[in-house]
Amino acid sequence: MTERAGSLSSRPKTLIGKIWDAHVIVDREDGQSLLWVDRHLLHEGSFHAFDQLARRQARLHRPDLTFGIADHYVPTRNRDTLAPEIKRMVDQLSDNCASHDVTLFGLDDPRQGIVHVTIPAQGLTLPGNIMVCGDSHTSTHGAFGAYAFGIGASEVAHVMMTQTIWQKRPRAMRVTVEGLLPEGTSAKDIALHLIATIGADGAQGHAVEYAGSTIRALSMEGRLTLCNLSIEAGARLGLIAPDDTTFAFLRGKPFAPKDEAFEAAVRAWRSLRSDDRAVFDREVTIDAGSLAPTLTWGTTPEQALPITATTPDPATILDPARARSISDALDYMGLAPNQRLDSISIDRVFIGSCTNSRIEDLRAAAAILEGHRAKVPGLVSPGSTSVKLQAEAEGLDRIFTGAGLEWVDAGCSMCVGMNGDLVPAGERCASTTNRNFKGRQGPGSRTHLMSPVMVAAAALTGRLTDVRTLARGSRP
Amino acid sequence: MTPLIVLEAGACPLPLDNVDTDQLIPARFMKRPRSDGYGQFLLHDLRQDAANPACALDQDRFKGCQILIAGRNFGCGSSREAAVYALADFGFRCVIASSFGDIFASNAVKNGVLPALVSPEQAEILLAHQGIAQGEPVHIDLPDQQIRFGNHSVDFSIDPVWKTQLLNGWDDIDMTVSYASEIARFNQSDAVARPWALPSRSPAQ
Repeated sequence: MTERAGSLSSRPKTLIGKIWDAHVIVDREDGQSLLWVDRHLLHEGSFHAFDQLARRQARLHRPDLTFGIADHYVPTRNRDTLAPEIKRMVDQLSDNCASHDVTLFGLDDPRQGIVHVTIPAQGLTLPGNIMVCGDSHTSTHGAFGAYAFGIGASEVAHVMMTQTIWQKRPRAMRVTVEGLLPEGTSAKDIALHLIATIGADGAQGHAVEYAGSTIRALSMEGRLTLCNLSIEAGARLGLIAPDDTTFAFLRGKPFAPKDEAFEAAVRAWRSLRSDDRAVFDREVTIDAGSLAPTLTWGTTPEQALPITATTPDPATILDPARARSISDALDYMGLAPNQRLDSISIDRVFIGSCTNSRIEDLRAAAAILEGHRAKVPGLVSPGSTSVKLQAEAEGLDRIFTGAGLEWVDAGCSMCVGMNGDLVPAGERCASTTNRNFKGRQGPGSRTHLMSPVMVAAAALTGRLTDVRTLARGSRP
Repeated sequence: MTPLIVLEAGACPLPLDNVDTDQLIPARFMKRPRSDGYGQFLLHDLRQDAANPACALDQDRFKGCQILIAGRNFGCGSSREAAVYALADFGFRCVIASSFGDIFASNAVKNGVLPALVSPEQAEILLAHQGIAQGEPVHIDLPDQQIRFGNHSVDFSIDPVWKTQLLNGWDDIDMTVSYASEIARFNQSDAVARPWALPSRSPAQ
């Protein structure tokens, strides 16, 4: 079949293009489009936007499509006695949601948790939805084939008032991952490898679709982890075409369509895939079989290497800006050039965050820790109160506490440190989180990003460790 | 929003790549209301380290500077608009860099701060320029998309929509409200095309 110019309906489309086209209200000549927003998620940090509404004496337009979640500032311990400034942040969200009739998953609600963990688990993230939230990791929801992206406070205020957003059509990038993931690797390793390969700005201006046999074989948890980290490659968003794995997850979830409506939805969702001859602006391919457990050594997620590698040597880097950046990162991290990654001692571990705090992540870490003691202290914060209850029903909490780690309540916790869960200055943390920025986990903190099993392995040995060596029976 | 057409001011060099929004404003300061002023928190932790280039912000020759020059991937990371509030409240109206985090750049424009995109080579020239380092003024011309300093002139890129918004000081919300009937029409046809798109009204607990 030949393609005819002008016959738009028969032109092969990407999934990104299909969702976009279904949401366009107005296309302006200057290239901006006004898009309908299906879900708007709020958290404590949304107070700037509520303040903008108050200044305009405006109402929130669609409370039925808006959900509030307390996650960024919530304590993970002693929730009965909140510190005054934390209480103010949590109360402010409750008051704002109440006065605008927005459903809130507050501190005492079992659905409370990290927005990007609890919202999908409630069936609020649906294939083909456009979703926004004043949080860059909103890309997480792309795991369901939703077009989901983070926005700033001014845009949050705009969505509150109009349920729409102005956007410029992004370029489309496809990342195809083929083959079986080797022992000790998971979605986190795919993401860190991708970011190290294309750079922390490698996908700027792009929406990314993940495709290929490796992606199809990922669980929903793995897909959520992968899409979550899209923003760390600079992408506007990342998504995966919905399939039977997606539909099986959504069936029976509280806010998902029910009964015949669900079956009808699945029939519609099956068309949410890139057409065979759809053209992408950029294609990247990854051979899953070549991956090894990967972790960051520096202060940006692009500074990631396999655990078998050594730290880079700025003296061998020709590009002066890159050499300066490597040298600065080594200095901040307290590392020398050409140092073996598996020789680096750590001070503590953290398992949690919107990247890796779901039940599958906790099971994977617990499987490594079971029956052993950690050599360093650490914190395990499940992604939601529901995940916490499920983990406790499975006995995972006893594995973590038996290993000497703290088992605490759900929230953003030590990923961003807003609630006071901090890594002390100068300490080195092996973390399942998403950002190893300077000071991210607390002023002067040093973060190494890796998968839950790699964090568990590091906990057992007190240094960055190749989990595959433990899996082969040489545990400490 | 105050329109921005031309700007002549000191330009502080910040020869760093990947200046993320956590560095622009550490999370612990974001509980404050905006009315407190966010300028004092700009690059807070970097400015504690005397050896860090960010400390140039506090030097007398950059007092009153309104332009910041950085390397690649400026404003990556968190979507916090507070990063732009910190820059704007400190007095910055323009950031020159060789690439920007998408969300940061969008937030910047909404607060009247120009994200001026230059090539990596041009960024290096600006960062290494002696006159700029001594606090000599840099001229930014938004209509012509030019940066002039000493005897040099460098072109910068900016999304045409953002350029118009900055030049006019436009606010999105007023514009959107003028499309109310288009939005209503969309809602009618969308309810037919995507009946599954709404949250289930009576969720099973």
